Amino acid sequence: MRWAPALFGLLALALWQGAVWIENVPVYVLPGPLAIVGAFMADPVGLLTALASTLLVTFAALFVAAVLGGAMAVAMSSSRLAQAAIQPWAVALQVTPLPAIAPLIIIWVGNPFVALVVCATIVAFFPLFANTASGLASAPPELDDLFRLYGARRWQTMALLRLPAALPYFLSGLRISGGLALVGAVVAELVAGSGGFASGLAYRILEASFRLEMPRMFAALVLLALAGIVLNFGLGAVGRMILRRRGVA
Amino acid sequence: MLTVSSVGRVFPGGIEALRDTSLRMDESDFIALLGPSGCGKSTLLRLIAGLDQPDSGRLDWNGGPPVPGDIGFVFQDATLLPWATAEDNVFLPLRLRGMARAEAMPQVQAALHRVGLTGFETARPRALSGGMRMRVSIARALVTRPRLLLMDEPFAALDEFTRHKLQADLLEVWKQAGCTVVFVTHSIYEAAFLARRIVLMTPRPGKIAQEIRSSLVAAAETRLDPAYAALVAEVSRAMAEALA
Ligand SMILES: Nc1ncnc2c1ncn2[C@@H]1O[C@H](COP(=O)(O)OP(=O)(O)OP(=O)(O)O)[C@@H](O)[C@H]1O
Ligand SMILES: [Mg+2]
Repeated sequence: MRWAPALFGLLALALWQGAVWIENVPVYVLPGPLAIVGAFMADPVGLLTALASTLLVTFAALFVAAVLGGAMAVAMSSSRLAQAAIQPWAVALQVTPLPAIAPLIIIWVGNPFVALVVCATIVAFFPLFANTASGLASAPPELDDLFRLYGARRWQTMALLRLPAALPYFLSGLRISGGLALVGAVVAELVAGSGGFASGLAYRILEASFRLEMPRMFAALVLLALAGIVLNFGLGAVGRMILRRRGVA
Repeated sequence: MLTVSSVGRVFPGGIEALRDTSLRMDESDFIALLGPSGCGKSTLLRLIAGLDQPDSGRLDWNGGPPVPGDIGFVFQDATLLPWATAEDNVFLPLRLRGMARAEAMPQVQAALHRVGLTGFETARPRALSGGMRMRVSIARALVTRPRLLLMDEPFAALDEFTRHKLQADLLEVWKQAGCTVVFVTHSIYEAAFLARRIVLMTPRPGKIAQEIRSSLVAAAETRLDPAYAALVAEVSRAMAEALA
């Protein structure tokens, strides 16, 4: 069973390659897997450098989103005023499509790297914020009563009850936001790419498509997909490890 | 120790959870609040704990209002912190009043010992059975040496064998600790086995119907004692009349 996905993938690749050979599909319409590997081997450093640049934006955005989302969720759970003030804006931010605001952000923020990080952060922010907020409110009301009975200060309830209760929620938010940050980084690069200052993988895709270098374009796409999968599973594994160490998973 | 004088509590929405309820609790009392669902038992317990305020009537504490630690509370679920060990769960009330861990540990160990959990100090709630979790919860309530121990159907979720064991152990703890216990239950058998005073409550509106005093001295064979059977019969009859 463990080998089923790999086997299925290999079979699909073989069929794909076979179809391309038999039908004699031109490479600028649909390159076969071998042509894609060939394109990667032709310039591994260039493509991997581009991937590193995109991942740098992704991780920076994920970090900022985790700090901001966590902090704003904590602020919201400690004060009704903060909740009333923050919540509508968080939702507004979430429903605004990134491609619509990315050009503005790129114009307003001078530094291209910072602009990309801002764009990706906007996409990654909401799951972290919303998950942490519901985690902070997830402790059973009896535990709240217990803390009140013993005269707990607000910071004590936060540190000893709400934050630990929110940790699993935060970690699953982190996993969701990891994928979103990557998507956000790519979308922002696509928008910025036409502005001419991008070094990321999305720009390589754009560039290859302009030049009709389909194998190279596919190679970049495959790298992006692999990066997304590794990011998702990696963040999932880190989360499980942290929870196991705390004895709650 | 505490006199509750004609308290009333009406929840938003007009539900009269308690009407004109008066009850006097003395040192070392063991009181069972007995009644069907919705008769205001939990509401009364929360008023006594200061977790809720009455709309009318008053609570008078003999010797000044309680400070944190004077009252212990045990809920129907153990309500432990799932990420904390048994030891750290019991340490919590002391930690909240600013006591250092090392300073608190002798008390924590003693409380765990009292409920028979020596050897399980570093176990997490997940690794404990339902009965053991409830024991941790009781140890947590005892660790501050409370004057008043409030328990809201603490054994309702346990199987009968575990329940009998915990009931017997609770009586031991009560005799040693010398605190006053107010124990909410809707089991006539449990009330008759445990309590010195059985307070019958009826719903809509929640109020106290009657009080029955017990002269049983609970021990291992109490459940076989004809006097216990007679008390159960007396309480059942009184409850049926009160609800009619
Ligand atoms: N916070 C609340 N808001 C509104 N109504 C409430 C609240 N708490 C309790 N009530 C109502 O007050 C009444 C008494 O509730 P209470 O929980 O005291 O009953 P109980 O005797 O403890 O019942 P049970 O045996 O089911 O626990 C019920 O009708 C309940 O619905
Ligand atoms: Mg109740």
